[in-house]
Amino acid sequence: MDYMNKKLLTFMVGLLLTVLTSTAWSGIEVREFDNKEQEVLYNQLMFELRCLVCQNENLAASNADLAKDLRDEVYEMITVKKLGEKEVKDFLIARYGDFVLYKPPVKKSTWLLWFGPFVMLGLGLVILLMVTRKNKDKKKEAPQLDKSKREDIRKLLESEGED
Amino acid sequence: MSRYLIPLVVFLALVVLLWKGLSLNPREIPSPLVGKPAPAFSLPQLYKEDEKISPEDMKGKVWVLNVWASWCVSCRAEHKVVTNFVKKDGVDVLGLNYKDYGTEEYGDAAKRWLVQFGNPYSKIAVDADGRTGINWGVYGVPESFVVDKKGIIRYKFTGPLNQKNIDEKLVPLITQLRAEEG
Repeated sequence: MDYMNKKLLTFMVGLLLTVLTSTAWSGIEVREFDNKEQEVLYNQLMFELRCLVCQNENLAASNADLAKDLRDEVYEMITVKKLGEKEVKDFLIARYGDFVLYKPPVKKSTWLLWFGPFVMLGLGLVILLMVTRKNKDKKKEAPQLDKSKREDIRKLLESEGED
Repeated sequence: MSRYLIPLVVFLALVVLLWKGLSLNPREIPSPLVGKPAPAFSLPQLYKEDEKISPEDMKGKVWVLNVWASWCVSCRAEHKVVTNFVKKDGVDVLGLNYKDYGTEEYGDAAKRWLVQFGNPYSKIAVDADGRTGINWGVYGVPESFVVDKKGIIRYKFTGPLNQKNIDEKLVPLITQLRAEEG
């Protein structure tokens, strides 16, 4: 491999790593867990829970003060109170509502959110079908010309050509 | 005719939808606590640190919990309105000093703030570590909660209170709640 290729490769690998790690942790606290399950649950929740201050960030990515407090709260719930995933989520939902979850539950008030896109897709398909069918019908209705009319047209075209 | 009518109707529907979207405030998240009992706490008071205050003490009264901090800029904007609200409408407003007094960062800035701007609160609870705030679902100071005689949260307002909101929403609600049985 020549020099340029090597350089390019290094650059590409670097770029890839940057992209891969861009969703990583911003609020880094060193945490200790009793076991692997707790750690996995904690890490999972950090990505599934929304920071309510910076609404486009999860708890893992947010630098907001409240996000840090919520990280502490979740950590304590998992390690000290030994709560499971559902209990931790329920605790936060009771206080902040479904909004705290990045993936809202499917229920009446979120039906539009969950199924709206599919309804739109269906609607689009129906309209597409209607339009194409209409065009098909039009083709069938191509004007039926009798002989004299054809003759008229031929004459007209020829006279145009003479100009 | 319908060839032009349908796209026009779709377009107008979109305009209405997007126009409505513009007027919504994405920071206003409906609180699940409305209609639920006020979360309990027992916190030291700002001016009587050895005396605790709890929502239990307010039972039988209609009251407002106002979450504020000296570091919160919009709390300044709200302060005059709150002061006026207490004076004019005689509402019992409890302050919740959120992550402010007694913290490493702010020390006694809260007290200096009250000297400068005045103190409209009947009592002030000190929530230095912010855990009571989490229990009340606080995510952006200032926030205000209206609690009825039975200790149920009936209304929550996120952001700085303004006169319009007080006149149109809070005062009628509080009048109604005062008429309810305790």
